[in-house]
Amino acid sequence: MKHTIAVIVENKSGVLTRIAGLFSRRSFNIDSLSVGATDNPDYSRMTISVQGDRDVLEQVIKQLSKLINVIRVSELEPSESVERELALIKVSADKQNRSEIMQIVNIFRAKIIDVSHRSMIIEVTGDEEKIDAFTQMLRQFGVKELVRTGKISMVRGAKTIKA
Amino acid sequence: MSQGLVDKSSEKGLNAGRETPRKMTGAQAVLESLKREGVEVMFGLPGGVLLPLYDAIYQSDIRHILVRHEQGAAHMADGYARATGKVGVCIATSGPGATNLVTGIANAYMDSVPMVAITGQVNTWLIGKDAFQEADITGITLPITKHNYLLRSAKDIARVFREAFYIARTGRPGPVLIDLPRDVTVDEVEFTWPEVNLAGYHPSIKAHEMQIKKAAKALMEAGRPVIYVGGGVRYASAQNELFDLATKINAPVTTTLMGVGCFPEDHPLSLGMLGMHGTRYANYAIQEADLILAVGARFDDRVTGKISSFAPHAKVVHIDVDPAEVGKNVRVDIPVVGDAKNALAALINEVRPKIKGEWNEKIDGWKKDYPLRYIPDMNVIKPQYVIEKLCELAPDAIITTEVGQNQMWAAQFFVHKDPSKFISSGGLGTMGYGFPAAIGAKMGRPECDVIDVAGDGSFLMNSQELATAVVNDIPVKVAVLNNGCLGMVRQWQELFFEKRYSATILGRTSPDFVKLAEAYGAVGLRATKPSEVESVIRTALATDRPVVMDFIVSPAEKVSPMVPAGATLSEILDLELCDEAQSCHLEKIYAEGRREVLGQEGF
Repeated sequence: MKHTIAVIVENKSGVLTRIAGLFSRRSFNIDSLSVGATDNPDYSRMTISVQGDRDVLEQVIKQLSKLINVIRVSELEPSESVERELALIKVSADKQNRSEIMQIVNIFRAKIIDVSHRSMIIEVTGDEEKIDAFTQMLRQFGVKELVRTGKISMVRGAKTIKA
Repeated sequence: MSQGLVDKSSEKGLNAGRETPRKMTGAQAVLESLKREGVEVMFGLPGGVLLPLYDAIYQSDIRHILVRHEQGAAHMADGYARATGKVGVCIATSGPGATNLVTGIANAYMDSVPMVAITGQVNTWLIGKDAFQEADITGITLPITKHNYLLRSAKDIARVFREAFYIARTGRPGPVLIDLPRDVTVDEVEFTWPEVNLAGYHPSIKAHEMQIKKAAKALMEAGRPVIYVGGGVRYASAQNELFDLATKINAPVTTTLMGVGCFPEDHPLSLGMLGMHGTRYANYAIQEADLILAVGARFDDRVTGKISSFAPHAKVVHIDVDPAEVGKNVRVDIPVVGDAKNALAALINEVRPKIKGEWNEKIDGWKKDYPLRYIPDMNVIKPQYVIEKLCELAPDAIITTEVGQNQMWAAQFFVHKDPSKFISSGGLGTMGYGFPAAIGAKMGRPECDVIDVAGDGSFLMNSQELATAVVNDIPVKVAVLNNGCLGMVRQWQELFFEKRYSATILGRTSPDFVKLAEAYGAVGLRATKPSEVESVIRTALATDRPVVMDFIVSPAEKVSPMVPAGATLSEILDLELCDEAQSCHLEKIYAEGRREVLGQEGF
């Protein structure tokens, strides 16, 4: 089973290593991890996607909470949160198929952000499934390169996860 | 600011500021911080980048014990901490000095020992350049410290030291490492002593009232309860509360290796130790129990045996200060997160007295039928006999152990009554731990006799600290149970590898422990017959100098009983204690080995 957790950490050097080290040491499986600043410059927020049953998730949360630099750990229920991921996809494109690709881009509400004679870069945001589906559609043209940010997630409604 | 406008919060600020900041070097700030934390002794070995710090140590009144290997320093700090309950402090230089601490830090981490390790580091501008004696020690110790710091500015010294000691001793204790670049110790700083303010660290102390009530109810309803106690009781100094609870409800108590001594082993409710080399009755009790009250214990594999069949009929109540331990290895029915002392005190008030019943009778029957035993011998010294004699002649001594057979016999055959007087490497199982730990313990509690129960294999791993003991006049005693082999591994080879003694034979005289002791200026004594054991121990105890006692014990003796790895606790075996043919066979191997080395005339 897949779980999403939000981790508020102190914005200090070495914190990412502590968290990555904890996951490998305890044999927890990370699917994706993204990290960035919060509105408070002292803290960063990580969104971590973890594989495992309830017991594993409980251990992940407890072990993370033990790290001194970790301020808060919260699980995000998929039904009560929104999640997004951004991907940049470089796809082979020439005169013949450029318009066909643009149609697909429009259907997925993606964006073309760079064009050359033989390729283009497309930016797409959405949940994991959407990006998977979009990438799948582009495969027929030749995906030359793909970068994904890993997902970020936020609780719906007025509730917040803050330090 | 006018006086009248001072509110409470800024008054606090004024108080903190009332202490005029003093100008000093980073090194002096380190010593000032250690002094404020109440540090009386530290164990270490200097090096290039530590010159400024050691210059400050030279001028400080905190006692520094110079060790002969940094691993010794870490174990001494650890032994000191376990014997006194205070935070142990060790120091090593950058690079190899720091990496030599690693085993000692890992050992303290596994056994939750409060320790602050200070390491030197190259100048900040050289970090990452592969400078001389540079090692990324914060990276290396990340998985074996409760927390660690790389100081980059002298102005952070006081805060970091204060946080480090606070983290090391609170909640579930553990080692904290502070890496101290050379330039940070040279830079000038205005010293102020800040309050601890850690946003991400809030150790849970007080157990939830609701959970205590549930636990009490379960205890009252149980017909076959067992209290299973680990090191958490010792660190919380909760042995009195444990005693009161157990005796109030007449529940039997078994301890892990880390919990040895938390409940007096001569008490009728004591089951001794459980697990792989625990008593048969403790293991039987666990397997038949309908309720297990685990206190400050972590269901280690050496304790549970096959985890899926551990305590199959029992409801589990688990009291632990570390929430991550609850539910980590076994399913827990009633989790109680909190300090053992508080939780047990609260439980005592919630339970009603219970008289002894059928369950107690059953256990007493097992105790009578399956006692710990060994076969005494008139001609050969049995290692268990040495332990019994130590217990008889020095019942109040602090016992430290090495790791292996010596450790198990020391746990089994000494009657332990005080957890701070049994000091052993449990989680990591570090050979070479016991002797430096004994030196640390003696430094902390000089009024106690301190005896390291050692094997001839383990003792050599840190025997260089004999120099430390002699030079600093720390009169610890070592009882080497000299069986000529790496006994525990040899035991497994005998049982599970058809007696192929691969790399476990040491021989009797490599080295001669009496001469080794004398070479260092310590006293060496030897007993080769059972009749000599008592006088050797008496002489050692009466000698106010470090003493090594070399007991030539029967080589084929095995630690029994034993739950084979991966078996259920009830499958505990009474091993054939000493196979005489095996003993002869081993003695022959030893003799041949010596002949090879020394030639015929060596005998």
